[in-house]
Amino acid sequence: MEKSIARYIWTHTRGQQLWILLVVAVSMIPYFLSFDLPKQIVNGPIQGQGFDQPGATQTFMNISFNLPWLGTVTLFDGVELTRMQTLFALSMVFLLLVIINGLFKFYINTYKGRLGERLLRRIRFELVDRILRFPPGQFKRMKGAEVSSMVKDEVEPLGGFTGDAFVQPALLGGQALTALFFIFMQNTWLGLIAAVMVGVQAVIIPRMRRRLLVLGRERQITARELAGRVSEIVDGIGTIHAYDTSNYERADIASRLGRIFKIRYDLYQWKFLVKFINNFLAQLTPFLFYCIGGYLALQGRLDIGQLIAVISAYKDLPGPLKDLIDWDQTRQDVQVKYVQVVEQFSVDKTIDPAIQAIAIKDAGSLKHPLAAVNLSLADDSGAKLLERVSVQIHPGETVAIVGGAAGGGDMLAEAFARLTWPESGKVTAGGDDLLELPESVTGRAISYVSSDAYFFYGSLRDNLLYGLKHAPLKEAVYEGSGAAHRKWQIAEAKLAGNPDYDVNSDWIDYDAANATNRDDLFTPVLSVLDTVQLSKDILDLALRSTVSPNEHPGLAEGIVEMRHALREELEEAGLSSLVVSFEPGAYNTEATVGENLLFGTATGPAFIGKAIGKNAYFRSVVGRSGLDRVLFDMGYSIAENAVELFADLPPDHPFFQQLTFMTADDIPEYQLLLQKLKGKGFDAASEDDRGQIIRLSFRYVEPRHRFGLLTSELMAKIVDVRRQFHDGMPESMRGDIERYDPEHYLASASLMDNILFGRISHKHTDGSKRIRSIVSSLLNSLGLLERVIDIGLDFNLGAGGKRLTAVQRQKLNLARALVRKSEYYIFNRPLPGLDHRLQDEIVRDVLKLVRRDGRDPAVVWVLSNTGLANLFDRVLVFDRGLLVEEGTHAALVENNGIFKELVSS
Amino acid sequence: MLLKDEVQMLRRVPLFSNVEPGKLKLLAFTSDRVSYDPGEALFHQGDTGDAAYVVLAGKADILVDSSTGPIKIAEVETNSIVGEIAILCDVSRTATVQTTTPLEALRIRKEHFLKLLTDFPEITIEIMRVLADRLSHTTSELSEARSRARKDTDLH
Repeated sequence: MEKSIARYIWTHTRGQQLWILLVVAVSMIPYFLSFDLPKQIVNGPIQGQGFDQPGATQTFMNISFNLPWLGTVTLFDGVELTRMQTLFALSMVFLLLVIINGLFKFYINTYKGRLGERLLRRIRFELVDRILRFPPGQFKRMKGAEVSSMVKDEVEPLGGFTGDAFVQPALLGGQALTALFFIFMQNTWLGLIAAVMVGVQAVIIPRMRRRLLVLGRERQITARELAGRVSEIVDGIGTIHAYDTSNYERADIASRLGRIFKIRYDLYQWKFLVKFINNFLAQLTPFLFYCIGGYLALQGRLDIGQLIAVISAYKDLPGPLKDLIDWDQTRQDVQVKYVQVVEQFSVDKTIDPAIQAIAIKDAGSLKHPLAAVNLSLADDSGAKLLERVSVQIHPGETVAIVGGAAGGGDMLAEAFARLTWPESGKVTAGGDDLLELPESVTGRAISYVSSDAYFFYGSLRDNLLYGLKHAPLKEAVYEGSGAAHRKWQIAEAKLAGNPDYDVNSDWIDYDAANATNRDDLFTPVLSVLDTVQLSKDILDLALRSTVSPNEHPGLAEGIVEMRHALREELEEAGLSSLVVSFEPGAYNTEATVGENLLFGTATGPAFIGKAIGKNAYFRSVVGRSGLDRVLFDMGYSIAENAVELFADLPPDHPFFQQLTFMTADDIPEYQLLLQKLKGKGFDAASEDDRGQIIRLSFRYVEPRHRFGLLTSELMAKIVDVRRQFHDGMPESMRGDIERYDPEHYLASASLMDNILFGRISHKHTDGSKRIRSIVSSLLNSLGLLERVIDIGLDFNLGAGGKRLTAVQRQKLNLARALVRKSEYYIFNRPLPGLDHRLQDEIVRDVLKLVRRDGRDPAVVWVLSNTGLANLFDRVLVFDRGLLVEEGTHAALVENNGIFKELVSS
Repeated sequence: MLLKDEVQMLRRVPLFSNVEPGKLKLLAFTSDRVSYDPGEALFHQGDTGDAAYVVLAGKADILVDSSTGPIKIAEVETNSIVGEIAILCDVSRTATVQTTTPLEALRIRKEHFLKLLTDFPEITIEIMRVLADRLSHTTSELSEARSRARKDTDLH
């Protein structure tokens, strides 16, 4: 990139700059005309110059030029107007000029603004483009937040400056020179004085500003570092909490802010000092005129008329001069910022743009063996990680890489993935250096997976299909205003030097995913998810989510139908006790008393949370039936039991997890309450105390808490009250509760709750696990699985995929690679977080999956579990950066070498 | 079954016979009451251990995977405890426990179980006794197996 901002702007906006200069020059004509006009109006029609006789007329709008050689050319003879007519005519001309000037100003400002914004867009894009082309090692030394603050904030003022970069100095310089010229015309000596003073300003002020520039640079760097530190705090918040270092961070931030304050305050001081001196110098010139010019005039060596003319001409000089100096200040400021940013982005060995050129058509495949030739790799400090390794991976073969933690096998895998660049030697694919092949070939033919996965903010689906988005394969179709907008987008992108690829196009390479379009993508994706054992997790995500029936038409009906199918399925398997469903006329023993009473999900303010206890209608129903007394006695027994069991335990005891209806802090409170109510009944208890006690009974589940408080009469009573509650409910409250109805979908409940329409029995430890597997097979047989998984794929992963567990992230990372059709799969310890049994299963399944449909890719797997090496055609053993053994599994076992040691350890 | 019945049953388990009834009630309350059909597994070999089980009623086999399929190494009796090794040593399950009759058990979660041991030394001692008993049992079986193996090799 250019080192000078002026040259950068000139290179990219030359044409526009010249145009705007021309427009500014033209705009000067009406501008100066409008200066002269007031004088004409006052002198002419108002004061009567040239209208000496009543009824006298004057020629108006005579347009003629005196040209050399051609003589007088007359374009318009003009019309004869009287004094009054002339007044109105001239006033109209004045109004016209005001409008023209305004329009010129409007045009020039918009044009300059657009020019600046385009350049800003161009430079920002160029910077991000550079980031995409940095060599991998560069990222070890950069902080993301600092880079983004450069791209976002630090180049921002460049846009504002662009429009003024050439127009402003031309305009102001012209004005200043004109004024100076006028002074010279009046008196050469006074002109010289003015010129010298201007020269002094031009020399001193920029010198003083040098310090400002240094401070400005410091300000920029410290602000950038602050951004970096803030993002470090966000990223490292776990570490900060874990080690109680928040105050260390506070101290660091405070000291940085202190430094920034000092720099900024220094900056202000200098700025205003420079301003003061600048103003002083500007005012010194008239002082010299008065003083020296006056002296000369008194001595009679200078005409008084001349002196007055000089002084009046001078008043036009300081304005433009000051603006010019301000402009120069901005220029230097912007230049500093620009250089600062450009320096950071000038990196050796950036990737050639041609290597990343977009390839819409199939980019061709890698049919050649992948080879490391005398490859040595080193880390930043120069320590050798891999030494002179030569190895070939043939198409279609499976290779296991084993070795200790610092063996070097993982580095070889990184080199194959172009993430680590060779220190010496090279990685080749059929004679070509891998680093010189276009990414459209290597990035599709080689799929690399390591344990540190990065996920982009967005849905699970977006991330799963991320590896398929190489090029806009199917243009988005626009109609009407959309098409016009798209046209504008393309034109504007070109003007700012941006590419015009459309993000709304379909970027997904269905072919590479073994599909033909969006609709049949599901099958291959599901088989991949099954292989990495993630489909269950995704199904769970879907089943836990609440789905609006309107957004998924047909699904709700399918789910309601499925309730019956599930019932039958469970009965057939002899598992009908696994789920106790909600029946409008029966008590559900696995649900809480509260759930049984309400028999619905509270969705509105009348019933939600604590409001139910205060709801007058609900209380009247419960009170009328006498249920409140029963529930009070029940709650009293629960409180007694809980206090008896837990009173002696410290509040942090893990047993409190089991106490679902109270917290540890409630225990002493209830202890007091029990003492107060002892021997007294419902009638003696106050309103609040009743509420406190009845509240407990609402959360009671007999099979879980086992206090023996629920009799069949009580259950019948609760069901009866439930019926009364729903039947007599006022219309205004009906919207606040969604009643359990076997034939209707509950929009406020999760998918799983909707399918079960009941509660899983507490008797079976793995009840929910078993139900999930039954539900998943049932969804499959009913043809609903695809739609439900689809809902799971909508799950938002959060920043960096943090809403998934570490294991899920690793599985998704592997799935993302397996979705793609590649010639080479490089797996670099992709699943360190999984236990051995699971790893074993997944490795086997992956090896099977990549060979689906007769495909024959090569697989290189850096194993964390050496025991799996026998699944591969060939095994490479690395130790301390050297390739120490190589051969088939059987041969290596025979060999009694390092491999055998690794396996037995 | 109610809490108080469970307390009665727990008192019959040798491990808890010396623990006062109030604490047994707490133990019963904080554990999950689970039931299994015949042929169901409480847990599989290789799973991570997250709970111990006190068998209240029913029987189960202890099976270990081998190259020739699962081998039965012992039987779980009513009123005994299983699955405590994986919790105590933080290893994965060393064997599979599969029911042979309908089985009722109390499932004590790992953190509750460990807390129980620190709170009630009498349970700890009882657990030690059970483990030591098993160890001596295993040792004698091992020596028996060794001598048999030696005989086998001597014969060949």
